[in-house]
Amino acid sequence: MKPEDYNTQNKPVWCPGCGNFGILMAVKQAFAKADLKKKETVVVNGIGCSDKYHQYIDTYGFESIHGRILPVAMGLRLANHKLKVVCIGGDGDGYGIGMCHFIHAMRRNLDVTYIVCNNQIYGLTTGQTSPTSEKGFETKSTPNGNIEPPVNPIALALASGATFIARGFAGEVPYLRDLIIEGLNHKGFSLIDVFQPCVTFNHKNTYEWFNDKLYKLEDHDPKDRDAAVAKASETDKLPIGIFYREEKPTYEDEIEQISRKPLVEQDISGVKMDDLLDELS
Amino acid sequence: MIGGKAGYGIMVTGMIFSKSCVRGGLHVFDSVEYPSLIRGGHNTYHVRVEEDEIHSHIELIDILVALNKETVDKHKDKVTERGAIIYDSSETEINEGDVRKDIRMYDIPLLEIAKEHGNELMMNTVALGATMAIVDYDLGILEGVIKDEFSDKGKDVVNSNIESARDGYNNARANYNNNFRSKLSPSSDKGMILLTGNDAIAMGAIRAGCRFYSAYPMTPASSILHYMAAHELSKGVVVKQTEDEISAIHTAIGASFAGARAMTATSGGGFCLMSEGLGLAALTETPLVIALCQRAGPSTGLATRTEQADLRFAMHASQGEFPRVIMAPGDVEEAFTLTAKAFNLAEKYQIPVIVMSDKHLSESHKSSEKNRFNIDYEIDRGFLVPEWNDGEFRRFMITDNGVSPRALPGQEGTVFRTSSYERDEYGWNSESPENRTAMNDKRIRKTESIISEIPDPSVYGPEDADITLIAWGSTKGAVLEAMKFLEKESINANFIHITHILPFKAESVRKMLESAKKTLIVEQNHDLQLGGIIMQYTGVCIDRSLANYTGRQVLPHEIYDKAKEVLAR
Ligand SMILES: Cc1ncc(C[n+]2csc(CCOP(=O)(O)OP(=O)(O)O)c2C)c(N)n1
Repeated sequence: MKPEDYNTQNKPVWCPGCGNFGILMAVKQAFAKADLKKKETVVVNGIGCSDKYHQYIDTYGFESIHGRILPVAMGLRLANHKLKVVCIGGDGDGYGIGMCHFIHAMRRNLDVTYIVCNNQIYGLTTGQTSPTSEKGFETKSTPNGNIEPPVNPIALALASGATFIARGFAGEVPYLRDLIIEGLNHKGFSLIDVFQPCVTFNHKNTYEWFNDKLYKLEDHDPKDRDAAVAKASETDKLPIGIFYREEKPTYEDEIEQISRKPLVEQDISGVKMDDLLDELS
Repeated sequence: MIGGKAGYGIMVTGMIFSKSCVRGGLHVFDSVEYPSLIRGGHNTYHVRVEEDEIHSHIELIDILVALNKETVDKHKDKVTERGAIIYDSSETEINEGDVRKDIRMYDIPLLEIAKEHGNELMMNTVALGATMAIVDYDLGILEGVIKDEFSDKGKDVVNSNIESARDGYNNARANYNNNFRSKLSPSSDKGMILLTGNDAIAMGAIRAGCRFYSAYPMTPASSILHYMAAHELSKGVVVKQTEDEISAIHTAIGASFAGARAMTATSGGGFCLMSEGLGLAALTETPLVIALCQRAGPSTGLATRTEQADLRFAMHASQGEFPRVIMAPGDVEEAFTLTAKAFNLAEKYQIPVIVMSDKHLSESHKSSEKNRFNIDYEIDRGFLVPEWNDGEFRRFMITDNGVSPRALPGQEGTVFRTSSYERDEYGWNSESPENRTAMNDKRIRKTESIISEIPDPSVYGPEDADITLIAWGSTKGAVLEAMKFLEKESINANFIHITHILPFKAESVRKMLESAKKTLIVEQNHDLQLGGIIMQYTGVCIDRSLANYTGRQVLPHEIYDKAKEVLAR
């Protein structure tokens, strides 16, 4: 497959310069490289500027509501684990309103890839503070500066049991593509948090700002949890790359009812009731 | 009735008694009352036993098993003339004048016998044995039920319980003459079972091929989760307790989108959290079955008590306008068949379907016949296409009945997308006014077809009656029992029971009501929510009402009294 094969009739309608363009490009390139079949792939979105990915990628698509990407993804996977499920959403969606599902999906090791377009602002609602906004950040909802420290998604993922944890940058498309490929090939929950400049509402965390701040993880062993924690805690310079990777049985692996074939392929007709009725007599 | 503090096994004991009766071919209706506490608080389990089928509990008590004084004080007035109280004077001090003279007092050393067998909690089992002696019932049946109920706890537990029951039986036999006025004798085996509304909902789902169940625990819906989980392997159902009800409904939507028959269940508080998911199911046209087991609100309200005050909530939950089906079974048989039917309606019309129960139906046991649950059931998956080779798949194609072709991810030629935003026939987002109107019309048009599948309300009693009772859901039982009382006095009453709330069969209900002489509606809420709905759809205003929002199920005699009052006017 080629990246263009995943094009749809729609042209992306993000602000010129939006980090989503880079992420979309990287996603399609990764899909092509990983040879994802359109017929076997579902892109799940939430609500935010990133809710349109399923309109721009020619696979099955399910756009859920704000914050509910992962529960829908879980249902999809449990009913049909032959499907490749790729979740794409915003930082508000995943780390704000959807935070509870985020933690639980990771501790379960649900076998999905979750790409978070982290622009540190609420874009679609025209510029309010986000759970990843830095302290002191001035937005429409925090005109006198945000007094809350940000969540650290990488550290949170480590604490919650995610088995693949990476961070990318929308301005480094080939590097991001490779991270996404690794995530897609990982068996278990893969988180790819992506720094995404919002050219319209976030005038602090700009492309230049990131170019200055970011460095690529090298000489880091992703099997080393302690090292990953240390890397996740860095704030002066921000590492991108794979922080942590671990092989563990997935959630789906542990469910006997689907060990032979996906739920949707099982015959549901003519269910016998005798045993159930006997229990009640 | 057996009563005592929470934590003393009242529920299991009551259930064992009910089951022993059913195994002997007798009919049972039991109800439980308990506060939202694990220890302490006052619990009661009331079993009504008859030779003929029964639909409701009543207030009266022939035999009161009192594990503490509170039980005597609270319930002695309801003990019938020459009824019995079983108690233990070492635990419960009863003084001269505490109880009426006609009541027979059976002082049994419940605690001592239980302790002899190793566990004072078995007081209730001793009392069960004594009860069986007093009503002269077959102790062997009780022993059989004890064996089955405790078998997973090991041989020792089974044996010590059986011995406790036996000693209770023998003690009562030895110390009291066998001339209590009421006896129970086993009749022939009619293939009977004992089940709650929640058992029936879960069984209905399984019968319909439900293979995915996600929920978050909440009384009185939790026992559906327990039932599904207990049968997850034998019936191949994937059962998941999610992090909250928001996740429960969205997980079910995801599973249904992928192609599994999926259900979730909750009570009002959880349904609040599910409201956003209800709308998502509606806009994405994903089939979904929700069991809504009501309890008394608002907020946490009376967490373990009954109410029917969420009807308007279920009808209007979530923003925007969309078709939904709401059904409200009145007993275990209807809970089973309507839940099974819910899955066909959900798939045929690609809509959310809500099955409404309440604590009374969900947790009370009723005896029934096995063969009522061996129904013919054809799975109807509606317009589900195996593949598509007619160009780009039109998942939301405009059709006459509003139902579009549905495909599951993975089926040849069907790649499509669905969205919580308004979209066009292909699933592409569209905000044009023309598309919006067409899509809203398409969805809402489904109602016209659904209504053709909705039966007229059931009418019980003679066509021509002096008074017509109206109710929905679980109050059916009490109304039917009240009608028996009225019938005894040769009062001509009939009863319209509404099991299908949405879509509402307005024409049929209007005709029925227009020919009624006097009308009385019975509801477990303050606002007479069904009464309002009837008025809204038919223009008919019901004359009189019995609105009960005590948190306790209305009793047959209360309905009887009200009916007499209405007739006397
Ligand atoms: C339940 C609910 N609350 C609020 C909104 C409004 N809303 C839409 S997107 C959004 C936040 C967007 O931020 P983020 O998820 O970071 O995505 P971005 O737009 O920045 O890409 C909000 C609050 C909504 N759609 N649903």
